[in-house]
Amino acid sequence: MEVQQNDNILEQVTTSDYKYGFYTDIENDMAPPGLNEDIVRFISAKKEEPEWMLEFRLKAFRHWQNLSEPGWAHIQYPKINYQDIIYYAAPKKKSLASLDEVDPELLDTFNKLGISLEEQKMLSGVAVDAVIDSVSVKTTFQDTLAKHGIIFCSFSEAVREHPELVKKYMGSVVPYTDNYFAALNSAVFSDGSFCFIPAGVRCPLELSTYFRINAANTGQFERTLIVAESGSYVSYMEGCTAPQRDENQLHAAIVEIVAMDHAEVKYSTVQNWYPGDKEGKGGVYNFVTKRGLCKGRSSKISWTQVETGSSITWKYPSCVLMGDNSVGEFYSVAVTNNFQQADTGTKMIHIGKNTRSTVISKGISAGRSNNAYRGLVKILPGAVNARNFSQCDSLLLGDQCGAHTFPYIEAKNETSIVEHEATTSKISEDQLFYCNQRGIDTEKAIGLIVNGYAKEVLNKLPMEFAVEAQKLLAITLEGSVG
Amino acid sequence: MSGSRSNICLKLSMKTKETTQFQDLESLLTAQFEQHSERIAEGDTPAMKSLRMKHFEAFKAVGFPDSSHEKWRFTDIESALNQDFCHELSASRSDRNIEELFRCEVHNFRSEIISVLNGWYHSENGPLFTNEDGVIYGSVKAAKIAYPELFDARYGHLAHGTANSFVNLNTAMVQDGVFIYVPKGVEASRTLQIIKMIDRDENVFVQNRQLIILEEGSKLSLMHCDDSINHHTSLVNTVTEVFVGKNAHFELYKLQNLNDASGLINNTFISQEAGSNVRTNTLTFNCGMIRNNIEVALNGPGAHADVLGLYLMDKQQHVDNQIRILHNAAHCTSNELFKGILDDEATAVFNGYIYVKRDAQKTNAYQNNKNILLKPTARINTMPFLEIYADDVKCSHGATIGQLDQEAMFYLRSRGISQSNARLLLMYAFAADVINMINIEGLKSRIDDMVKKRLRGELSVCEKCVLHCGTPEKEYHFDIDLSKL
Repeated sequence: MEVQQNDNILEQVTTSDYKYGFYTDIENDMAPPGLNEDIVRFISAKKEEPEWMLEFRLKAFRHWQNLSEPGWAHIQYPKINYQDIIYYAAPKKKSLASLDEVDPELLDTFNKLGISLEEQKMLSGVAVDAVIDSVSVKTTFQDTLAKHGIIFCSFSEAVREHPELVKKYMGSVVPYTDNYFAALNSAVFSDGSFCFIPAGVRCPLELSTYFRINAANTGQFERTLIVAESGSYVSYMEGCTAPQRDENQLHAAIVEIVAMDHAEVKYSTVQNWYPGDKEGKGGVYNFVTKRGLCKGRSSKISWTQVETGSSITWKYPSCVLMGDNSVGEFYSVAVTNNFQQADTGTKMIHIGKNTRSTVISKGISAGRSNNAYRGLVKILPGAVNARNFSQCDSLLLGDQCGAHTFPYIEAKNETSIVEHEATTSKISEDQLFYCNQRGIDTEKAIGLIVNGYAKEVLNKLPMEFAVEAQKLLAITLEGSVG
Repeated sequence: MSGSRSNICLKLSMKTKETTQFQDLESLLTAQFEQHSERIAEGDTPAMKSLRMKHFEAFKAVGFPDSSHEKWRFTDIESALNQDFCHELSASRSDRNIEELFRCEVHNFRSEIISVLNGWYHSENGPLFTNEDGVIYGSVKAAKIAYPELFDARYGHLAHGTANSFVNLNTAMVQDGVFIYVPKGVEASRTLQIIKMIDRDENVFVQNRQLIILEEGSKLSLMHCDDSINHHTSLVNTVTEVFVGKNAHFELYKLQNLNDASGLINNTFISQEAGSNVRTNTLTFNCGMIRNNIEVALNGPGAHADVLGLYLMDKQQHVDNQIRILHNAAHCTSNELFKGILDDEATAVFNGYIYVKRDAQKTNAYQNNKNILLKPTARINTMPFLEIYADDVKCSHGATIGQLDQEAMFYLRSRGISQSNARLLLMYAFAADVINMINIEGLKSRIDDMVKKRLRGELSVCEKCVLHCGTPEKEYHFDIDLSKL
């Protein structure tokens, strides 16, 4: 009897719509800290989501409750209290009146990167006029895309406007059961981007979240979904090259890419979240699940990343090479300085015949940081003639930092060829001497050498990114000498 | 019937239990220890006794690993443990004249044999012996009574962590093994050969211990053969600790050739002082399941280690090599090379790990693992890891998985060499990198022959010592007319 009663109560609580309770006083769009089913319902309600979306979130949340935080990565951080975090806050940042109020160190960095004044304002949270350039850019931009039938909008918009596409592809590459942070994201994701390229269309522009105003404040839990239909091509850029002072401590994003027959997706990231100060205080925890599925024959997914920010980076952009002849690529430069920690790499899962993958990873550690490459190359029995080449190099600047390599190679097919090589070294005295002798000071010389070292990856970035990424490398390593 | 007589053997039978038999072996062993701890710890110094207790408690708490452990993900230890075993509490006896049976008559290679039967020291020279060079060797049982200070200072000092279940079990339960002491400046002129046999008419679970100490400036080469005489299942859990003193020189050749029902778990710890030189070569030819944990700690500047291995596996054999090289001091060099050929449904795991401590500057470390898969059902998991905390270092690693080179094959075929011979030749050439690193000339040619035989599938599990295979005079050649090449 008692059990039944309990069950009834449970049922009532779990099935009822969110009617009463704590959110009456939440007119300012802020959920109380903590995470429970009500919060998940609250987020979904706030975003006016359909029932199926809420169901997805709840399933993810219930799964998440049964998981425990992974501890295998080569990173150390104080335990995160997930009940202390505010999971929904409408994009209401404190506006600053003018650039004068912005941290001068930040402005200095902006100037070094050559960022325009308007952008500087936007990035540092200064209230900006509604008619800044990017809005007009955005409009013309969207006109062009619409002409080609390309859908590029925020995730919430996609849920409203294109539910059939979202339903079909969301969670198909990174299911909510994938891992701890993916489950968390699936339960509470705030917003993100959705991109759909119809069959045979070559996207005429480099798509970038940078242009989308609403992308700037999507908050902690973003979700990106890119679908490239057969024969299409898109180059997608994420992030921004200027350091953003973000008050969010924890970021758990998901990126899913689906590439059909002969489609090609190029995904570039420049990540430069707040890395914490020189003593290692503060900074962003970046726990990201990124995965691309080469579903069709001869499809191709290419990840390029330049990771310079975040106090902790935990990120493994992966490719599942399912279609025959599909290609996966991963190019990465990860720089850590001061007390930053990075555990990043990739997974290449070869399923289809004649699948090929390339992994080029360059790790640079300075200060007291730790930088680890962790990668998996898995050749399944059906992956006849699979081919992988991996190269992971580490560069150490300073005697207090660490560089680590943890590759996993699992081959279950005798026709496959897998090669992995890695080196760890430092900048040689000879190189520095040569530069010094020609009047280049040591700091600049290191920037120069590091850029040369990372060139292989930087070359893969879209033009506009590449230039800034190079400057960014130099800035991140500032003060790492002597 | 050969085998044991009148010795105590405790049955670890799990037949009555239905649920998770695997855990029951744990409790059977624990119960055995608690019941017979007096007898097991006989002759221990007080320090050794407390060490035993510490590891016993750790074993009791953690038990055996399973495939959910990161380090045991690819090795099915559960089925190896899931057997009825007998665990001996006193020495086995054998009717066979082991030393005569295993006497090596390899040309240019004379070794001094130390035999171990079912984990018990078994030598005609008595429990402690000093040879003509001045090398002292004998049973652990006798040595711990003769040299208590030495044991207190060294025993269990390398295998000290309690994270490794098999080290815990070994340290808690082990009763005998081999002790070798090379005094300062002594250079052993002959290779010592430890032959470890399993000869029992029932399944046996053996704990075995080796303590090897090389004092400053000494030199020793040691061969360590694991053989099985009959076809019963055995599981041998060995812990070896080697202390290599300043400028000492140590070579260790491990030959593993057991029947397919056998399991072998080797934990080898080597610590090196300044200027010392160590070479280990692990040659795995046959065995059901082998796990080799090798940890080499370079603790003094100028030390060098070569850690080499070759595994030729077929049927459903499994080999798992876990190699840790710890660069704890500056100016050290290490070179790690493991090569393997996998046929049929054989599986192999390689996990190399180079650790460079902060301030271990001018380190030069190299790690390489190369594999050839011959059949679609063969599997390899390789994980070459680096963990580096010093900046002035040169570390590199590589891993490859592939097939026999088709172009080389074509070249050989176009010169009239049969498919099977060309294959053999290429495989042999692949393995030669490791064989060529053997320093002892006579031994090298013998192992060379063994590899050739193994590749032809002619090397079965030995009824005798592996080195004794075939007539020594008969050279093994490929049927190739080299003048045609």
